[in-house]
Amino acid sequence: MDDKEMLFNSGILTEEREGAILPPEELWKNKKGGLVVVECPQRIPCNPCATSCPTGAIRPFSDINDTPSVDHSKCTGCTLCVASCPGLACFVIDLTFSDDLALYKLPYEMLPLPVKGEKVLCLDREGKCIAEGTVENITQPRKDRTYVIHVSAPKNLVREFRAIRVVK
Amino acid sequence: MKRLETEILVIGGGAAGLSAAAEAAAAGAKVMILESDLHLGGQLVKQTHKFFGSKDEYAGTRGFKIADILLKEMESCKENIEIHTNTTVTGYYSEDDTFTAMRDEDEFFTIKADRAIVATGAQERLIPFVNNDLPGVYGAGAVQTIMNVYGVVPGKRVLMVGAGNIGLIVSYQLMQAGVEVAAIVEAAPKVGGYWVHAAKVRRMGVPILLRHSIKRALGDEIITGAMITELNERFEPVGEEKKIDCDVICIAVGLTPTTEILSQAGCEMMYVPELCGNVARRDSSMQTSNPKFFTAGDASGIEEASAAMVEGRVAGLSALKSLGYPTEHGRLEEYWGRLQALRSGEAGKRICQGLTCVLTEDWEAVHNG
Ligand SMILES: Cc1cc2nc3c(=O)[nH]c(=O)nc-3n(C[C@H](O)[C@H](O)[C@H](O)COP(=O)(O)OP(=O)(O)OC[C@H]3O[C@@H](n4cnc5c(N)ncnc54)[C@H](O)[C@@H]3O)c2cc1C
Ligand code: SF4
Ligand code: SF4
Repeated sequence: MDDKEMLFNSGILTEEREGAILPPEELWKNKKGGLVVVECPQRIPCNPCATSCPTGAIRPFSDINDTPSVDHSKCTGCTLCVASCPGLACFVIDLTFSDDLALYKLPYEMLPLPVKGEKVLCLDREGKCIAEGTVENITQPRKDRTYVIHVSAPKNLVREFRAIRVVK
Repeated sequence: MKRLETEILVIGGGAAGLSAAAEAAAAGAKVMILESDLHLGGQLVKQTHKFFGSKDEYAGTRGFKIADILLKEMESCKENIEIHTNTTVTGYYSEDDTFTAMRDEDEFFTIKADRAIVATGAQERLIPFVNNDLPGVYGAGAVQTIMNVYGVVPGKRVLMVGAGNIGLIVSYQLMQAGVEVAAIVEAAPKVGGYWVHAAKVRRMGVPILLRHSIKRALGDEIITGAMITELNERFEPVGEEKKIDCDVICIAVGLTPTTEILSQAGCEMMYVPELCGNVARRDSSMQTSNPKFFTAGDASGIEEASAAMVEGRVAGLSALKSLGYPTEHGRLEEYWGRLQALRSGEAGKRICQGLTCVLTEDWEAVHNG
């Protein structure tokens, strides 16, 4: 078994896979509100992403074990799936935020809760700090204490930035 | 000595037991639930994370909220349900067809029941290593109970042993409680739990060391650390031992079904590795070889709350039917449909393999030769 496979086996996405495919560049770069990024490459009995999506962008599953398949042209960036996914495997990234920054909308279930304007650490899939970001908004789409934190951070991190750490 | 009576005795008030009770009581049967713990809900009340599964089984809802939903459902037929918490069923005596039970530590009584549904859940497995009797070595269930039920953190820095769903989820919950997770060690070359749960703790910076295990706990009176080692393909230690600083070692290496009562009732038992231990043989109505006994949930094989709830409904329905209550046509088939859907994935494959060993077509056919 090579290192890459070992890494994947420990929970790190190493490349695109079924259930973990990035939105098409062309559509993504001008899409106000952003597009969903799903990272759920294993068949498991789970479907809230699809059942919570109001537009059918995450295509309805024919089998509950399906991995999510996304029609990005239908995604509005509403973040309902981000807040509903028990695996915290859905993110929304808006590339139209500014020239050099994107708006990352990430699920967050830790304490403390950041406040608007606060600087937070941007973490990659291994929890390494790769940049500093600014909290632009905090929402709680399902009113169930899974928050979605909107963080502005450099655009070139779209393939890496997946979690935040609040330092107080 | 006090003696109680009921039509359907439900032993264990977790996901499976509550579902069984709700199903049977709604149809008019007299149901009694006995639960060891101080409150109903079983494993569910400790689960603060959102559940997987399908919407029918409340996917996306936090575990403890699911317990509330089941309790609410029972409210609507509460005149048919008698509940005893802090009460453990200590045995079944087939000679006089009597259950014995103990409330708290001093009140002992017996129960006569026409049918029994054994939904006693599971017990944690532990592994041997040097110093595993030091204070600070916990089972994952204990960590969850003190943390999520009583609001007490177990320590400051934890080494988690086992990367199945329980080890991954409890690690995440520890971090939510402000406890640091030093690392998760896993003997297999791959996390056993869902990949997304692993990804979730990884991005919080927790290393998951595959092909690693614990050798010994360090410390005299309390834990001060642990020595871990890498394993080869044959699970033999290789290379130098590494030290992990921690004050808690949490063991999450799996569960095994709790089935003593079924054995006492003479139910045909079978060791099925895919179901994680000794379980009762049963037909598709969850009836065991002793026609008065039904089983459901983790006690019938380690699976998930989603499946436990549906199995509970199947057992409740079948117990009703065997007592002569009218039941809705096609309901059992609907429940089996849901179970099959839940089990059609990668994780379900193992369960299905196990079930082919323990499922009997039909006890009547078996008994009549
Ligand atoms: C950390 C963790 C995370 C989980 N995450 C998920 C998830 O995301 N999705 C999912 O579907 N499932 C999940 N599960 C699994 C789920 O919790 C269990 O499969 C489910 O609770 C099993 O239900 P049960 O009713 O069979 O057993 P339990 O919930 O264990 O209930 C059994 C009850 O029986 C009682 N009992 C035992 N013996 C006796 C006796 N002799 N007398 C009286 N009472 C007795 C016990 O006190 C207990 O309350 C998780 C489990 C754990 C530990
Ligand atoms: S962000 Fe909204 S529209 Fe897009 S996939 Fe998620 S739920 Fe559907
Ligand atoms: S809800 Fe999340 S974990 Fe479940 S299938 Fe969808 S993306 Fe995967």
